[in-house]
Amino acid sequence: MDLNDFAEEVGSSGPVTIAGLATRGGPVEDVRPVMAPVGIEWMQPDEMTVCCGAGTPVEELDAALAAHGQSVAIPPTGTVGGALAVGQSGIRRLGYGPVRDTLLQARYVNARGEIVKAGGPTVKNVSGFDLCRLLVGSHGTLGFLGDVILRTRPRAEHEQWFVTTDDPESVMLQLYRPTSVLWDGTSTWVLLEGDHRDVDAQADRAQLSRSDPPAELPMGGRWSVAPSTIPSLVGSGRFVAEVGVGIVHHEHPRPVSAIDPSVVELHRRLKHEFDPTERLNPGVDVLSLG
Amino acid sequence: MNTLVDDLRSALDPVRVRTGPSELSLYRRDASNMEGSASVVCLPQTTAEVQACVRIARRHGVPFVPRGSGTGLSGGAVPLDGAVVIATSKMDQILRVDQLNRLAWVQPGLLNLDLSNRLHHLGLHFAPDPSSQQTCSIGGNVANNSGGPHCLAEGVTASHVLAVQVVLPDGSITMLGGEEPEPAGYDLRGVFVGSEGMLGIATEVCVRLTQNPPGVKTMLMDFASVEDGAATVSGIIAAGMVPAAVEMMDQLCLQAVEAYIHADLPVDSAAALLVEVVGLPNGLEADVERIVAIAQTHRVKTVRVAQDDDERALLWKGRKSAFGAIARIKPNYYLHDTVVPRSKLPEVLAKVYEIASRYELQVLNVFHAGDGNLHPLLVYDAREIGASERVHLAGQEIVRVSVEAGGVLSGEHGIGLEKRDYMPLMFSEIDLAAQQALRCAFDPAGLANPGKVLPSPASCGDIHSVPEGVWI
Repeated sequence: MDLNDFAEEVGSSGPVTIAGLATRGGPVEDVRPVMAPVGIEWMQPDEMTVCCGAGTPVEELDAALAAHGQSVAIPPTGTVGGALAVGQSGIRRLGYGPVRDTLLQARYVNARGEIVKAGGPTVKNVSGFDLCRLLVGSHGTLGFLGDVILRTRPRAEHEQWFVTTDDPESVMLQLYRPTSVLWDGTSTWVLLEGDHRDVDAQADRAQLSRSDPPAELPMGGRWSVAPSTIPSLVGSGRFVAEVGVGIVHHEHPRPVSAIDPSVVELHRRLKHEFDPTERLNPGVDVLSLG
Repeated sequence: MNTLVDDLRSALDPVRVRTGPSELSLYRRDASNMEGSASVVCLPQTTAEVQACVRIARRHGVPFVPRGSGTGLSGGAVPLDGAVVIATSKMDQILRVDQLNRLAWVQPGLLNLDLSNRLHHLGLHFAPDPSSQQTCSIGGNVANNSGGPHCLAEGVTASHVLAVQVVLPDGSITMLGGEEPEPAGYDLRGVFVGSEGMLGIATEVCVRLTQNPPGVKTMLMDFASVEDGAATVSGIIAAGMVPAAVEMMDQLCLQAVEAYIHADLPVDSAAALLVEVVGLPNGLEADVERIVAIAQTHRVKTVRVAQDDDERALLWKGRKSAFGAIARIKPNYYLHDTVVPRSKLPEVLAKVYEIASRYELQVLNVFHAGDGNLHPLLVYDAREIGASERVHLAGQEIVRVSVEAGGVLSGEHGIGLEKRDYMPLMFSEIDLAAQQALRCAFDPAGLANPGKVLPSPASCGDIHSVPEGVWI
């Protein structure tokens, strides 16, 4: 299916929801589902860009990029479009950056069934408002991603997980650009990437021991906190926190926090501007997700 | 009824509400060659004062224009139609630094380089480094999503802003984004960055800080053809390296700069690349070896690796002195800013030379080759009859060939007034309507820096009454 067919399927009236591989909650129930185009359109390793249908499985994209020694900084399951629409990063965010920084251009289908282009094909681009960042994390409430151009990154020559019982603060201060630092209140896991001699030298200096990655992350809730508040999580239950980032994988659901009325109003107006009849993923309230 | 100026003077210390002709004249332009007209210039010191200015402007139905240091090159801070200029230059403090989590809260008027200099003892810096970093403000960087040579590896401003406290166009104060990585809802922080003052005014900015690298290697490599230089850049990226910076200077630029600073630059070569890699010692040495090997396969003439900080500073001085150097050629210049895919650099540069020669202009190219960000400098003498017109027409063609090559209108200067009417080269009416929808959600009354970025926008209320598939 190409983008035009996808737009036609979305159409211009009646409730409609976007479906992928259902790894992130799946489509809205009892609403007509549509699926985005699938497949890699092109890869340009020397431009550090790739273009694919939003319905492409992340695994397929990752395998294709691996052949060129590259990857994209989005978490490994589901579809590319789903990963972008939900916008949650993987545990390497400290080194790779957030999902929102990977999307360079999106062609999406709006509430009128029209194809809209946001952003541009080059890594550097400040032409007009940054609608790509609005789409990442919008859960398909403003438009359905059709195809996307993503920024790729080189895979490191070498990577190794380490562990220590030192507190994460002292680990952070001793290391140059770790890819991930995780802490469960007792142990600190560190992922280092780069030249293997540099990785070993850094680990020696900080007295880290080689290890496996941390065992399964608690799945009760994904908290988003200011990284400076991570030490205060001790005693709140079982958790693994992403140090320097502020994502906390917790056994308990994310605490509900108040949202500024001006922000609520901006959300209401944005939804009204982009989808006045509220036909796209009806009932999804982005402010209550998380 | 009070006048606009009376109201502003009752809200701010009257000495910070300026209406003198010389000051209004100073604030009617930025670093571009476009001019507008301001009715009054306000210099608030606090968020509450910014809020007061916005509310008063709104009550009087007068547009307002946020302004940082006025170093923008696209006319984004040029006030139109007697707007109220709200300049943040007196809000220049670092409010808080979190060394461990590598972030800082700053006021928008703080100068870019001042921030990095004042963090130096902590081993941290703010990564975006526009050429104007000695004088441009963080607020201006936010408005324009500014870049710079070191944004190849680090990304532009949007990747380095975690939160912005803003005064919205309706006068309310709110926080977009936050220290937390995934605030609930849409990425309003993300759309605010690069919105050129059209969605509100930033009054506090939370920036991400970057560790200073433990090691740096800087090298200058020159080539007999632009093609060889460009192929080297693509080869480096394809080999899995992302240098901290990859800058290119063409022959005219090398000659102009050499005459100015005497740095022993390769003036007989068609192009030179300044490549900088940073990191830990072993990776750094390996990268330098691989980069030199790639350059050799593309017939590099000479490779000069800076042996110490002094030599490194000298090589960078060559890159950064281009603007001073051109003053020796002609009194005026017009700096362009487009992006093309790296693979198209030789083809587009050839067209840039052809365009310049057709309009009887000299062109120097000094640019961020690593991300395909072209900066053709058209040098001219504005006193020559017809020169400015030729520069304008040549610029138009340069923008057009860049977009036709699969590129974009602007890599770091923004759209502002300069490229507003070129937006249709890149975006359809439907695409532009979506950008206008964002603007309407933030500013239905259209008072925040109107007339920029979007060509002939409809008023917000009209949007949903337009028949399906049609845009005005």
